[in-house]
Amino acid sequence: MPSRIWQPAASPEAMKARAALLQAVRAFFDAHGVLEVETPALAAHGVTDPHIHCIEVPGYGWLQSSPEYHMKRLLAAGSGPIYQLSRVFRHGEAGPRHNPEFTMLEWYRPGFSLEQLIDECLALLGQWLRRPNVIRPFRRLFAEVTGLDPLTCPPAALVAAAVEAGAPQGLDHRQSVDFLMATQVETALDPATLTVVTDFPGWAAALAQVREDEDGAPVARRFEIYHGGLELANGYQELTDAGEQSRRFAADNQQRAGHGDRAMAPDPHLLAALQAGLPSCSGVAMGVERLLMAIHGYRDIRQVLTFPTQRA
Amino acid sequence: MANYSTSEFKSGLKVMLDGDPCSIIENEFVKPGKGQAFNRVKLRNLKSGKVWERTFKSGDSLEGADVMDVEMQYLYSDGQFWHFMDPQSFEQKAADAAAVGDAKQWLKEEDLCEITLYNGEPLSVSAPNFVELEIVETDPGLKGDTAGTGGKPATLTTGAVVRVPLFVQVGEVVKVDTRTGEYVGRIKG
Repeated sequence: MPSRIWQPAASPEAMKARAALLQAVRAFFDAHGVLEVETPALAAHGVTDPHIHCIEVPGYGWLQSSPEYHMKRLLAAGSGPIYQLSRVFRHGEAGPRHNPEFTMLEWYRPGFSLEQLIDECLALLGQWLRRPNVIRPFRRLFAEVTGLDPLTCPPAALVAAAVEAGAPQGLDHRQSVDFLMATQVETALDPATLTVVTDFPGWAAALAQVREDEDGAPVARRFEIYHGGLELANGYQELTDAGEQSRRFAADNQQRAGHGDRAMAPDPHLLAALQAGLPSCSGVAMGVERLLMAIHGYRDIRQVLTFPTQRA
Repeated sequence: MANYSTSEFKSGLKVMLDGDPCSIIENEFVKPGKGQAFNRVKLRNLKSGKVWERTFKSGDSLEGADVMDVEMQYLYSDGQFWHFMDPQSFEQKAADAAAVGDAKQWLKEEDLCEITLYNGEPLSVSAPNFVELEIVETDPGLKGDTAGTGGKPATLTTGAVVRVPLFVQVGEVVKVDTRTGEYVGRIKG
């Protein structure tokens, strides 16, 4: 039988759904006075994030895993509120919910608190997903499902619970929390609800600010929005302190070394922009393919990509 | 052998796990928001045939298994080993009872079989999908009976027992689907 791999994976309906979604997104931000921008997909620096692996392009640098650094440079230069629909790239991420190349909707709101940005996300999503929503701090949600407080229970108990649930040997307690989150907590979320998870553990702050919660435990000013167990969006009250950003870059690289991953050079342009002054702002990234899956009930990301990685 | 990282795991890849050669059936990538990514992998243990489910940290790797499938001709059995020959090189290999498994009841001399070799030795033997074997024993059936009454057991030259229609007699050659053990039809001699 001749190979059919030249044909698109997405149906004509899925292609129309994507076109309609992109139009609606642009109309929404136009109506809210947010400027559409474009920044490089290929740049000199990648990210230090220990769990994201950028794809290197010899002689040029790295395919961007998110437009975050460049968009923050625009914000520091006084752009005001901005959004972007960009192609982003992540090595090794392929599966029913991941493709190494995908479309990210990312936007930044100077002067917005995290709560205001959550409201704006829910307003955007509400155009397509008329669902009840709940806001749950990570700690409580995690404890409700696993019976363990991820911030205060002894690390050995978290590791043991992960191994009990089928995790590989040798995870540290953060990785055990990640494992339990991905395999137990996310799958237990109500499929008919948009769940906004807030106050992630301080160690999972990435580029978000950190504060102390009611019990004095460090938590990240970061949220994620789930549709059932499907992660749609990840937002931060953005870190604006260049010194702290520099320390996080170094800590990331230390963690990378511990995993046997190569160090990534900190992006000096981002640090310079933070030194020049990033306005207080909140920002969020939303996966366009995930959104299409949630709205139209597709179970596999390949159904919404014309040519997923296996056919590209 | 080369090492394969989780991002290279795909259906059919042969890897070593806990000292046994395994074939990957399924590889699912899972990742929570911003954290450690994992691969949930289903593998078939090629020695026991059992399906294992294991989770790996993304980026971990497994050693490749020296496993390959070859087509060989069945020669004979000495009771302890089943002997096969590569029809091109005439090289012979001996498979033990564990490797031959259920296939032994369908093996007829000179038939071509798919043999999975592990480190160059037979690990498992698959009988051809269809074999033609002579009936050596069955009750005499009623003349004129057609299929539909459930048939009767018949013993074949290899010792296998299959259900055949009542009109099929000793000395006739029948075609059998080895995957289901079902009678397909008579071969007119």
